[in-house]
Amino acid sequence: MLEINNLHCEIEGKPILKGINLKVDKGEIHALMGPNGSGKSTLANVISGHEDYEITKGNIYFKSNEINELSASERAHEGIFMSFQYPVEIPGLTVTNFIKTAINETRKAKGLDEMSSREMLKKIREKSSLLDIDSKLLSRSLNEGFSGGEKKRNEIFQMVMLEPELAVLDETDSGLDVDMLKIVANGVIKFSNDNNAVLVITHYQRLLDYIVPDFVHVILDGKVVKSGDKSLANRIEDKGYDWLKKEIK
Amino acid sequence: MAYTEEELKKNLETKEYAYGFYTKIDSETFPIGLNEEVVRKISGKKNEPKWMTEWRLESYKSWKDMVEPDWSSLKYEKPNFQNISYYSAPKKKQNLKSLDDVDPELIKTFKKLGISIDEQKKLSGVAMDVIVDSVSVATSFKDTLSEKGIIFCSISEAIQNHPELVRKYIGTVVPQKDNYYAALNSAVFSDGSFCYIPKGVKCPMELSTYFRINQAGTGQFERTLLIADKGSYVSYLEGCTAPARDENQLHAAVVELIAHDDSEIKYSTVQNWYPGDKKGRGGVYNFVTKRGICHDRAKISWTQVETGSAVTWKYPSCILKGNDSIGEFYSIAVTNNFQQADTGTKMIHLGKNTKSTIISKGICAGKSQASYRGLVKISPRAENARNFSQCDSLLMGNNCGSHTYPYIEAQNKTAQIEHEATTSRIGEDQIFYCNQRGIDTERAIALIVNGFSAEVLNKLPMEFAVEAKKLLEISLEGSVG
Repeated sequence: MLEINNLHCEIEGKPILKGINLKVDKGEIHALMGPNGSGKSTLANVISGHEDYEITKGNIYFKSNEINELSASERAHEGIFMSFQYPVEIPGLTVTNFIKTAINETRKAKGLDEMSSREMLKKIREKSSLLDIDSKLLSRSLNEGFSGGEKKRNEIFQMVMLEPELAVLDETDSGLDVDMLKIVANGVIKFSNDNNAVLVITHYQRLLDYIVPDFVHVILDGKVVKSGDKSLANRIEDKGYDWLKKEIK
Repeated sequence: MAYTEEELKKNLETKEYAYGFYTKIDSETFPIGLNEEVVRKISGKKNEPKWMTEWRLESYKSWKDMVEPDWSSLKYEKPNFQNISYYSAPKKKQNLKSLDDVDPELIKTFKKLGISIDEQKKLSGVAMDVIVDSVSVATSFKDTLSEKGIIFCSISEAIQNHPELVRKYIGTVVPQKDNYYAALNSAVFSDGSFCYIPKGVKCPMELSTYFRINQAGTGQFERTLLIADKGSYVSYLEGCTAPARDENQLHAAVVELIAHDDSEIKYSTVQNWYPGDKKGRGGVYNFVTKRGICHDRAKISWTQVETGSAVTWKYPSCILKGNDSIGEFYSIAVTNNFQQADTGTKMIHLGKNTKSTIISKGICAGKSQASYRGLVKISPRAENARNFSQCDSLLMGNNCGSHTYPYIEAQNKTAQIEHEATTSRIGEDQIFYCNQRGIDTERAIALIVNGFSAEVLNKLPMEFAVEAKKLLEISLEGSVG
């Protein structure tokens, strides 16, 4: 589904990613771990099509098509979703209205009619109860005055509403208490199926206790230096990243 | 395309006035220039009674001795008042009973505006008193209104048919000498609307007037007088668009509202006059005096969406004379390219327990400049007066400016006054967030701007809110949203 080949990318002339290779298939959950500044969030942004990041070399393929030149909204229409590390606030725009617009813009791009209000309402009810979201939150301005946990849960809510094929979760666990972590993880598990894929980006192995990945990758200085199964995450939790750094040298 | 600052700028620059066209209507226009003779001639054309002619002449004499004010933050070339024609009327002046009698060119104009009058009449129950180039050419729904004793007609008609009401109220809220432009308007006003709601009557429909400046080089001087008698209610809508033109057009209107005891007036405006091209050439000068007086327990609400005009100078105000009276001001002002707006309100608290609310939203793009200028005045005998003011600005790009000048004069210790102000920008991160959810940049800007304006848009009557949202989008985007 997602294939990244020898990806190099820089921001304002500064190289961040230095030859990333990654392959994610349908039905898989991947975890990407790495210390601060290793390029984790950059990779999420590049996959999503953020224009501040310039691809200098390499390719990103999504569903067998190269997407290097696609805009962020076009990639979203193709089925790529990113849960933001820092979701932005848009005052005066309700959560419901935002999600409705997002769903309908994607449908429009695919040549489909707008979703009927009834269908939309049904879907909102179903998905919000899955994440234990109070309906009052849905009529509030997008992320405005939300607690850290509410923001992250709202990201996952958008994900389950939009039903993307690839979900990239950028540090979704940061700032969550244990209860919220469980709710969010549960949402991701329910979402995950044979037809979609999840890429979890995280510092800590904590979230991976709930969302058990099929593959774990470690990124250091803009490169994936090691891949393995869940046990790799445990090892990092125990020993940190230093042993890996030594191993590469 | 994902958003970058440069692209946003380009988007905004390529926006052209969607309503730029010129309708050929056979008009009769006075030669340019202003003197006593011209004032007499205007009055004569309209067959006005002597007192009206005299009132105009008094105004003209005051105006001659006044100087154009320059205290605002606006920079513009002062109009040459001797280079303007003060009267222009469509020539076909037979009495029109239905829209079939209206000049077909005019109907075309309305269609271009997307406003088919007959459709509006049928669908929304809005009575329109259509004003094109100063003279009212079509009115409707008069019968329904007259059953309730409501008078809704052009001010010229009111001077003929209800002189006692006009004479009693005109100039009582905005005196002839109030300011330079009010004096000019009082001398040469060509037409406008008049509305009287009798005691205890709730006006059953939204009253609406459609203003348009049409003839090249004619200034338009509208005069609106709206009286709500005791215990009555009226909601009045005023919407404007104008065709594109190279030379500046001057517009100096006066609106007077009188809200008697226990009455309520809701006055909503959508203003979309030609703002000039992207290099700042042309565009309407909009110097308006709008003021209302509230008697005991009366309420006046001003709601405005201002997207047009090259220069706007406008402060819809409330004199809260009666005890327990309420004044409200809700405003969205959008400026783009080289537009300038100096707008706000004055809330003059004279009575006890008077309340006022001010919500002002400014959206600036291009190289435009917008100022909020407001006065909250609590007089010595205004016990327990309360005011809440909120002024928010949203900036797009790096070349525009937003300024807030809140004046507060409190002469009574019991007053409670709150003022809040914020300035924010449409961030690239907000745009990217929307893009990532499949919403393109143009739609994203519309969502953000509409969200920012929601508090004020919600105050508009339904059908107007839809039009207003569209206008915001037209004003700020590459194409019509």
